[in-house]
Amino acid sequence: MLRLFVHYVLAGIMMTGAAMADSSIIVQSTTSTKNSGLYDYILPMVKADTGITVNVVAVGTGAAIRNAMNCDGDVLLVHSRKREDQFVADGYAKQRFDVMYNDFVIVGPASDPANIKGKQNAAEALTAIANTQSLFASRGDDSGTHSKEKSLWAAAGIDQAAASGQWYRETGSGMGATINAAVGMGGYTLTDRATWINFGNKADFDIVVEGDERLFNPYGVMLISSEKCPNVKAAEGQAFIDWLISDKGQAAIASYQIAGKPLFFPSAK
Amino acid sequence: MPNSLLPITAHQVSIIRKGRRLLNSLDLTITNPGITMIMGPNGAGKSLLLRCLHGLISSDEGEIHFGQKPMEAKIRYRQSMVFQSPTLLRRSVYANLAFVLKDRRMFDPAKIDHALNMVGLTHLATQSARLLSGGEKQRLVLARALLTDPDMLFLDEATSNLDPASTKIIEDILRKVSQASTKIIAITHDLGQAKRLADTIVFMHQGRVCEQTPSDAFFDQPISKEARAFLKGDLLL
Amino acid sequence: MNIYLDSLTTALQLIITADAVLLEIISLSLRVSLSALALSCIFGITLGTMLAIRSFRGRGVIISIVNAMMGLPPVVVGLIVYLHLSRSGPLGWMGLLYTPSAMIIAQIILITPIIIALTCQMIEDLHEDYRDLFASLSVSRLSAIKAYIIDARYSLLTVILAGFGRAISEVGAVIIVGGNIDHLTRVMTTTIALETSKGELALALALGAILLAMAMAVNLAATWLKHLAKRRAYA
Repeated sequence: MLRLFVHYVLAGIMMTGAAMADSSIIVQSTTSTKNSGLYDYILPMVKADTGITVNVVAVGTGAAIRNAMNCDGDVLLVHSRKREDQFVADGYAKQRFDVMYNDFVIVGPASDPANIKGKQNAAEALTAIANTQSLFASRGDDSGTHSKEKSLWAAAGIDQAAASGQWYRETGSGMGATINAAVGMGGYTLTDRATWINFGNKADFDIVVEGDERLFNPYGVMLISSEKCPNVKAAEGQAFIDWLISDKGQAAIASYQIAGKPLFFPSAK
Repeated sequence: MPNSLLPITAHQVSIIRKGRRLLNSLDLTITNPGITMIMGPNGAGKSLLLRCLHGLISSDEGEIHFGQKPMEAKIRYRQSMVFQSPTLLRRSVYANLAFVLKDRRMFDPAKIDHALNMVGLTHLATQSARLLSGGEKQRLVLARALLTDPDMLFLDEATSNLDPASTKIIEDILRKVSQASTKIIAITHDLGQAKRLADTIVFMHQGRVCEQTPSDAFFDQPISKEARAFLKGDLLL
Repeated sequence: MNIYLDSLTTALQLIITADAVLLEIISLSLRVSLSALALSCIFGITLGTMLAIRSFRGRGVIISIVNAMMGLPPVVVGLIVYLHLSRSGPLGWMGLLYTPSAMIIAQIILITPIIIALTCQMIEDLHEDYRDLFASLSVSRLSAIKAYIIDARYSLLTVILAGFGRAISEVGAVIIVGGNIDHLTRVMTTTIALETSKGELALALALGAILLAMAMAVNLAATWLKHLAKRRAYA
């Protein structure tokens, strides 16, 4: 019995050792990218081309940046331009690389209580939602999507936080969980297009607002600074970034499609 | 060979719980080998006295000596005790005996075989001890108590729940053991058993010893009026 | 509600085809939870037994603390373990964050209080029975602890099962310290969380059904073992 215990314990520890082999890196990234299925598509190619095993931790952009500042990762791939620039300015990364973009959309139920389907102006759509007090599910988790959403409310001149708990519902969860919540209560929500296309529980929901310039959603990738975090695997991390922004990587991102629709558009310069 | 734990002397021993003196300045001297039986009504303090002599509880007042030496915890290694309800490990008959010897680092299969044979349980050695009958259980407990060759054996109503056949087996063993120089001190409510086995009777009432008399004399003509009332069935606590 | 039918079909499909990803996830779940369980049992059963048979000042306080710790939210445990194992935390140099070892540590913290508290209860009952005998035989403390654990082994099976149940079904702690990394730290529960967040509700439910089936199989085995023991009067 005891021997069996020891066996399991050793197996557990050895497993860890194997997993921590040198050619693996940790990428702090966002739930929206992970839920979109992009990583499942490109990481095998990365492995084949560079031999690097990429381990992705998916949390909100805010949490991803905080984890990166705690040195719990090698590469940061998120979508919140302002905070990415701050991250670089604070010296946690030497440089930010454009890697790809997609866009945000507002999705809502077929009944469309705020009557905004087909609108292009996101701020007007949000104003209509606020005026009709239609339910709106917000990430409320300090993520890139959440900060984008807050900037849109600001552009519409609405103090949505005052209605928190009434028609404005903050889930404090990831993208998928928030869409599930919106579907569950028949409300609107803001999501990145990739997660939406890949989402399995759409019910009678559809995109109601898209195409506004302000809904543009650029992704940036950064190698965490070895000066701040000596444990960073700089060579492997940079190799991963180089692959992403190479012609091959960019082509791979562009070729990821679901139901014939591309989810991300390459943007490396 | 004289028994090195004799004489036993208890001097002014008291046990006090919640203000009640359960043993009340008890004096007792046991000098003779053989079988001493403690009798008395329920609540007289018989079990407490036995536990006190075995060191399971310490007295609040008074002193106990074994063979002129003050009592110490190590004394228990040379004593054994059989409780009224047999406590057996959740293991086989054999393992129950082996446990005691292994714990004292004196494991010896021959000793276990001998003990099983003595109480007639050889054929049940591999069975779970918890599946034995009441009589078999108490015999196993007795075998376990005797495994360590104790100088002194305490029995607290060891045969009170047994049928006559089982009682006889145990009584025969006790007689043999006492002849081989183990001092036996037993509590019993069974007058017949006391007559059959006891060399001396110690009669207790209300936490004290009322009298200590050779068995024949006790049943013939008890000295104390409490013992006389007890034998007639008139004495209550 | 044909989602139940959907998920049942999905579950059967996954099992019948011995889906490679599913097998990997199940095997990691089992390895993590069994490792945590093994270590927790070594500490927990010993401590629980000692707590049951020794009387000392502050014993009541310790028992209350252990009982309270049984209700620790997994997320809090995950957060605490994260803060310690993070590169910027005191144990960051070990590089354990986002590894199965980190998940094992979190689960150990979660289930050890359960093992201690339940063991203590079981052994207390046995102690009631054995106390006089062991005192009479002058059994050493170490032998006594050993004897209690051996003789309570079938009752302790229930304790171990309770610990296993909590470990295998827990998600809040392992998703924080493991990171739900594909092929590395993705277990049954974090997969269920991920599939739910992808809106793949039928698949998530199917995985839940498989988890339930596993837990039931383990419990049935234990019940059967215990029944057997009872019939042979060892329990």
